[in-house]
Amino acid sequence: MNRDLSLLIGILVALLAVLLLGVFHSTLALDPGQRLASLALERLPESGVSNPVTAVLLNYRAYDTLLELAVLLAALLGIWSLGPARPGFQPAGPALAAMVDWVVPLAILTGGYLLWVGGHAPGGAFQAGALLGAAGVILRLAGNAGAGLPSEAWQRWLIVLGAGVFSLIGLLLALTGYGFLSYPPGQAKWLILLIETAATIAIGVTLAAAYVGGRPQMAQPPRSPLAPMADPEAKR
Amino acid sequence: MNLILLIFDAVLLITLLALAAAAILSSEPRRAVMLFIAFGLWLSLVWARLSAPDVALAEAAIGAGIGGALMLAAARRAARRQATSSEEPS
Repeated sequence: MNRDLSLLIGILVALLAVLLLGVFHSTLALDPGQRLASLALERLPESGVSNPVTAVLLNYRAYDTLLELAVLLAALLGIWSLGPARPGFQPAGPALAAMVDWVVPLAILTGGYLLWVGGHAPGGAFQAGALLGAAGVILRLAGNAGAGLPSEAWQRWLIVLGAGVFSLIGLLLALTGYGFLSYPPGQAKWLILLIETAATIAIGVTLAAAYVGGRPQMAQPPRSPLAPMADPEAKR
Repeated sequence: MNLILLIFDAVLLITLLALAAAAILSSEPRRAVMLFIAFGLWLSLVWARLSAPDVALAEAAIGAGIGGALMLAAARRAARRQATSSEEPS
């Protein structure tokens, strides 16, 4: 990057920082008014979960979470459109392999725990999904080229699972007269758990596939170093 | 007791700002990413201190863990691409 451009970027970022400070200052000067926290806590027993954060994410503001899942999906589509994945790392040595044998099942188990505990204590789908994704990252670092993921067809289904189940449940609720993502009383807990389970799996697979960094190609043998033109990155 | 907490908070904040500045000012991508991961882990401590365990968990798992791994992979690719393009200019 040349010097003038970085200077320009620096000035623009400084202006943005001044603007944000101004906004922050004016918000502090405002009267706080009525906060939503008391309202949210008051309706917590009807939300189906007892953790207020999960109640906001999956019940009061379920739209936001649905859109976050869509953002993850779009990000992975972008990564896949960049080209095929690079071959993985060399197989792990005995010490690393023994550690991976322990850490990966532990990460999956902890992910399941975080998913379940999200209903009444800190935890939830994104944290659980990140742990599943981390298990995939560890597997790839230890020499599993596909990060432990299933075939590409399965990956596609699993990746749209989160946003898909979320919007399907929303649409079904809308068709049965409750309104989009307004859970009927009494069934909120199970619907939220269903959505969170699907979201956890989708987030885990998406993050692991993002780390693989390209469209999966399990069946192909590793490319030979003598043919650099077959590598789409070498052409640029 | 209050004084100790105040000193603890001050150390938390100063280290956070120093890590952020070091990550931004570092010219080498790999080094910057490592500092960013340290920054993310430290930020999750700050969130825990602000009694927001949900955000702390998310920051440690997604911000520092997965985000750091993705950025390390990106830095490695960028370094490799730079190396190949400087070897054979086309």
